[in-house]
Amino acid sequence: MTLYGKGLRSLSIATAVVLTGAFLLIAFYAPEDADQGIIQKIFYIHVAMAIVALCGFTAGGVMGFMHLRTHDRRWDLRSYVAIHLSLILAVGVLLTGAVWAKGSWGSWWVWDEPMLVSFLIVFLLYATYQPLRFSIEDPERQSRYASVFAVVAGAFVPINFAAVRMADSFIHPRTLGTTTGGMPGEMMLTFLVTLVGVALLFVTLWKYEMAAKHARGQVKALRRRITGERASVVGGRSAAPQVHV
Amino acid sequence: MRSTVAAILRKDLRLELRTFEAIPSMTLFSLTTFVLFHFGLNETSVEGDLAAGVLWVTLLFAAILGLNRLFVAEEEQGGFDGFLLAPVDRTAMFVAKATGLFLFLALVELVAVPAFTILLLGPSPWAILPELILVLALGNAGIAVVGTLVAGIAVRTRARDLIGPLITLPLLVPVILAASQATAPLLAEGGAQALPGRWVAVLGIYDLIFGLVAYGVFDFLLED
Amino acid sequence: MTAAINSIPAHPPPAAIVLEDLTRVFGERIALDEVSLTVEAGTTLVVFGPNGAGKSTLLRILATLLRPQLGTARVLGHELPREGWALRGKVGLLTHEPLLYRDLSVRENLRFHARLHGVAAGRIDEVLAATKLTDRAGDPIRALSRGLAQRAAVCRAILHDPPLLLLDEPRANLDPASVELVEPLIGRASGRTRVITSHDPRGGLAEADVALGLRGGRVELLRDAREVTVEDVGALYG
Repeated sequence: MTLYGKGLRSLSIATAVVLTGAFLLIAFYAPEDADQGIIQKIFYIHVAMAIVALCGFTAGGVMGFMHLRTHDRRWDLRSYVAIHLSLILAVGVLLTGAVWAKGSWGSWWVWDEPMLVSFLIVFLLYATYQPLRFSIEDPERQSRYASVFAVVAGAFVPINFAAVRMADSFIHPRTLGTTTGGMPGEMMLTFLVTLVGVALLFVTLWKYEMAAKHARGQVKALRRRITGERASVVGGRSAAPQVHV
Repeated sequence: MRSTVAAILRKDLRLELRTFEAIPSMTLFSLTTFVLFHFGLNETSVEGDLAAGVLWVTLLFAAILGLNRLFVAEEEQGGFDGFLLAPVDRTAMFVAKATGLFLFLALVELVAVPAFTILLLGPSPWAILPELILVLALGNAGIAVVGTLVAGIAVRTRARDLIGPLITLPLLVPVILAASQATAPLLAEGGAQALPGRWVAVLGIYDLIFGLVAYGVFDFLLED
Repeated sequence: MTAAINSIPAHPPPAAIVLEDLTRVFGERIALDEVSLTVEAGTTLVVFGPNGAGKSTLLRILATLLRPQLGTARVLGHELPREGWALRGKVGLLTHEPLLYRDLSVRENLRFHARLHGVAAGRIDEVLAATKLTDRAGDPIRALSRGLAQRAAVCRAILHDPPLLLLDEPRANLDPASVELVEPLIGRASGRTRVITSHDPRGGLAEADVALGLRGGRVELLRDAREVTVEDVGALYG
């Protein structure tokens, strides 16, 4: 039986340390951008969240695929947590992107930033994940259909990015690709530390939520064993996968 | 496999001929939408980017209308059970339904595209008809594949009419994007330009990838 | 000498259905709880029990429409769910819904199912004649009465001549005339292995070789039907 709580404390401490370090670097170490000013510093968080979210969505797709392959519903739980954490990060990407756009170019939204536009579409897609789960009552079918969604959506993300990128006929020197090409050492270091920090945050939150759901499932199983019930009263509908121990 | 696909396709076409549920309403919807665009955009004639956008968005929404009907008969009249009891490859249902949707879209376009030409399109499309048909075919394929897959997911949920379009539309953004970019030069005022090869390639790759994904994954929607 | 060799007993034919601790849950609701039973080929098992006892779930698992989650199930020599694909085409299912398209005619529906099951076209006329539906064969299902629609459903169920029949309360949905008509096709005389669910103790016991009583997914009663009384069945509903 996997113990998700194992190592959680050291992971949390590591996350806190790295993230604090990242913020300090962003605030005091990284140089100010010549034409964009201090608002450019939000770029570090924005891009770090974007990369981690994309990895999270892909991981969710892979886990969904594993669930379909093995019929082991723990994979569905892992996929569910990965996707909904990535969705929160995606909202963060959109918000930081809007702040960045307002600070740099004066309007809250720009259509010629391919990353931002792609994330809007990805957000619109994954926002349907939980309503979809909630609308299927049978838990086994819910898990299976959610995994199918996770796989299809996971395949969609890279294609979407490529297509939107191609459509962006105005290549501004603001995107990650062109920026990394000419990034001075201090910016690169700051960026990498931020990336590691956000990635650690994601993994920590993922483990934390897995552990919490697992614990709840175990408590339910224990209660059932103590009271001698064979089948507990059917609870309300839920969008989250139940853990059966 | 092929005979199973043929059997299901024939059954669906016969049902559509008997009930006339999907194709007439999708076609009528397209025509009405063109009229709405005329008033909404306050334009008597569109060309280039605008024309491509109006055409593809209209076709997309007409497809969404038809999607809900795709599996409804199976769900409500026990078609799933009847099919699942047969000693056939279950993916045949996906292939048959996607092909059926593709054919429905083609039939709708047979009326809708000429109507578009008459009602709204500025330049004449005769010269670029073969290229236009190619783009329509590739776009239809993408809509058919993804639409069928999502309809299969949505039909067995409780909010089936709502959740289907919600999931389908973001998934089809690359298709609309590529199809519009490919169609726009064809409908340019002052003489059509060449068909942009790379957008046709994007459509083709999208169709291929999602065709494979849907083919691999559809079975899991049917089993219990 | 030859007589001794010829008197070696042949192996008895394998049982048609063997279930061992079959369990199926839906979320937290246990539909079938460690059900074990054996059904010999050519015999009839009648399943009694109140609503929610697991009768339909059992039928659907045997039909390969549901996967068993725990325990083992061997039907017609095929292990479920691994060999479910081999079992399809050997099972005939009759439920409350006719599983026919309402806007297509009887014949069109049967032709569709014939193609799915790889059955020759001549067989369609055969079953239509046997159920006396030949002159209504061109009518859409929506134009038929419920009794006639169920008769058409019987045609669908036996079109591919399945050795195993799964009938969900067959008499409840057929009118008396139809019941007599379909008796040689789905009744005892057909010689097929049958699993029937029933709410009628007297009628059900008359048809059964073995009686199974389910309650809350558990086996409460499993005996030779001749040793079961109507009161035993009634006790399930108490």
